[in-house]
Amino acid sequence: MPDTRTRLRAPVLAGGLLVLVAVLLCAVLAGASDLGWQRVLAEIWAQVTGGQSPLSAREAAIVWQLRVPRVLLASIVGAALAVSGATFQGVFRNPLADPYLLGAAAGAGLAATLVVVLAPAVTGWVVGPLPPAAFAGALGGVGLSWLVGRSAGGSTSTLLLAGVAVASFLTAIQTFAQQLDTQTIRQVYTWMLGGLNVTGWRQVAIAVPYVAVAAVVLCLSARLLDVLALGDAEAASLGLRPGRIRLVVLAAASLATAAAVSVSGLIGFVGIVVPHVVRMLAGSSYRVVIPLSLIGGAAFLVLADQLARTIMPGELPLGVVTAFTGAPFFAWILRSSRRRLS
Amino acid sequence: MTALSLRGMRSGYGDCPVVQGVSVEVPDGGWLAIVGPNGAGKSTVLKTVAGLLAAQGEVLIGGRPRLPRKQLARIVGYAPQDPAIPVGLTVTDYVLLGRTPHLGLLARESRHDLSIVEEVLARLDLAPLAGRRIDLLSGGERQRAVLARVLAQRASLLLLDEPTTGLDLGHAQALLELIDRLRREDGITVVSTLHDLTFAAQYADQLLMLDHGTAVAAGAPAEVLTTEALTRYYGASAEVRETSRGELAVLPVRPGSGANPAGADAPPGGTATSGR
Repeated sequence: MPDTRTRLRAPVLAGGLLVLVAVLLCAVLAGASDLGWQRVLAEIWAQVTGGQSPLSAREAAIVWQLRVPRVLLASIVGAALAVSGATFQGVFRNPLADPYLLGAAAGAGLAATLVVVLAPAVTGWVVGPLPPAAFAGALGGVGLSWLVGRSAGGSTSTLLLAGVAVASFLTAIQTFAQQLDTQTIRQVYTWMLGGLNVTGWRQVAIAVPYVAVAAVVLCLSARLLDVLALGDAEAASLGLRPGRIRLVVLAAASLATAAAVSVSGLIGFVGIVVPHVVRMLAGSSYRVVIPLSLIGGAAFLVLADQLARTIMPGELPLGVVTAFTGAPFFAWILRSSRRRLS
Repeated sequence: MTALSLRGMRSGYGDCPVVQGVSVEVPDGGWLAIVGPNGAGKSTVLKTVAGLLAAQGEVLIGGRPRLPRKQLARIVGYAPQDPAIPVGLTVTDYVLLGRTPHLGLLARESRHDLSIVEEVLARLDLAPLAGRRIDLLSGGERQRAVLARVLAQRASLLLLDEPTTGLDLGHAQALLELIDRLRREDGITVVSTLHDLTFAAQYADQLLMLDHGTAVAAGAPAEVLTTEALTRYYGASAEVRETSRGELAVLPVRPGSGANPAGADAPPGGTATSGR
């Protein structure tokens, strides 16, 4: 009997990983300062085999202290946002859900604004006050939505509405705080548009543990997300506790989102676009969608960051690039999902 | 053995009881159909037995009260009236979800689980559709896939909420015949709600009629389905007849068209009680 399951087949996984490695390599080889891709390749080869490097110490520092961490950070943020988006879509059974749905973006935006407005001159921090504030703000926003939603019954629809209420409330405070201090608008605005331009190994080290934990939890929960798609009553009749599963996977996804937001600001559309491309190419079971969203999100954001760095002199905000490529795609999904429903 | 016994069961949503004082015994291998007008609490009884609503009074499944959720799911399979059909899963993916109660929380299905699913699919003539997307199946195929998922659970008590919803006469009949065959072959016990009273009379060996959340009649189909009960609880004008093969059938007749031509058990005067 032929295998009629939707599974992550080895060739697909291998192909996805191959594409990701190729994208990572391309991004490291090409950058703003022209070192010549052959020389960078030779440098990487020299590092791997212990041979003679063709680069000067300064050039080697550009590769290893600027490009490599930036490319890795882009892949980590992309993977985190895409896998969180896939999870949110599964939990809410809504194809248009994204990782910011429950107030993560609004919470992080408020916290970042408050830091910029109230503590602009603080120096001497290990990583600067912005990333931890954004991280806490994102988790705070989601936590507040969860509490409000649970007090209103705890179903997915009340949670969703609670997210809308919390997000607009936090955004209102954020706008007000911003208005009090208009000199910092540009700084806040730049952060909101998202970007990886201040990057070193430190940010990579900050983001990796959270994203790794979330990725493991979500990969293990993939089958449970498929069961949740049946609705709460049926999931419960199959012996599960849908409320608890929702709490665990949303917490994992929000942790990854908060880590991503803390190091890169608000980057939109990755969380919606990537899981949908995966569904169209490889099937809708979360056993496929979760791992391939990790890989696809990483590759997509590395490419988008590459565009942001090189398409124009100077640098485009990363959020602008992802939205510019993602928004038309999003509109197309809307159209095709309407056609499917009607 | 008694597969299910309810004694003075009362349940509902929040503090508001929807059904109360429901008592019934269903023997192993029996088929109980819960009937009654819209809003009588039929689905609520099924959800309560499935463990989805808290119950007061006694709910004994295989003689045991208050089983833990996972253990309950290995004995009781539940198919809601309007099951959510996940977009994009294959029929095999969907039916495999029925193995959930037999798996550890984070475990994957084994070869054994897959062979159970393949067997169920073959039995329900779904094998040719195994790789098709479930959301693209026809109504009849979809209902069979839902039944397959419940059967893959290997439950001995099936709770089917209006299994024939949206099916035409032929497909509804085929599905009920299939359920009856499984019942006879495997000794599975079936509790279903059925709004079609003729089907209820022909397939179930026991009926429970609810009205406004209370049991108003219980017993063999011929005892429960009387013209009087149909008038009184459904506000319907109908005749209960025997077919040429000796099966019961409920036939609607236009109300207010003079004398009730029904048989012996028509109420004198035959006036429909208003108030429903």
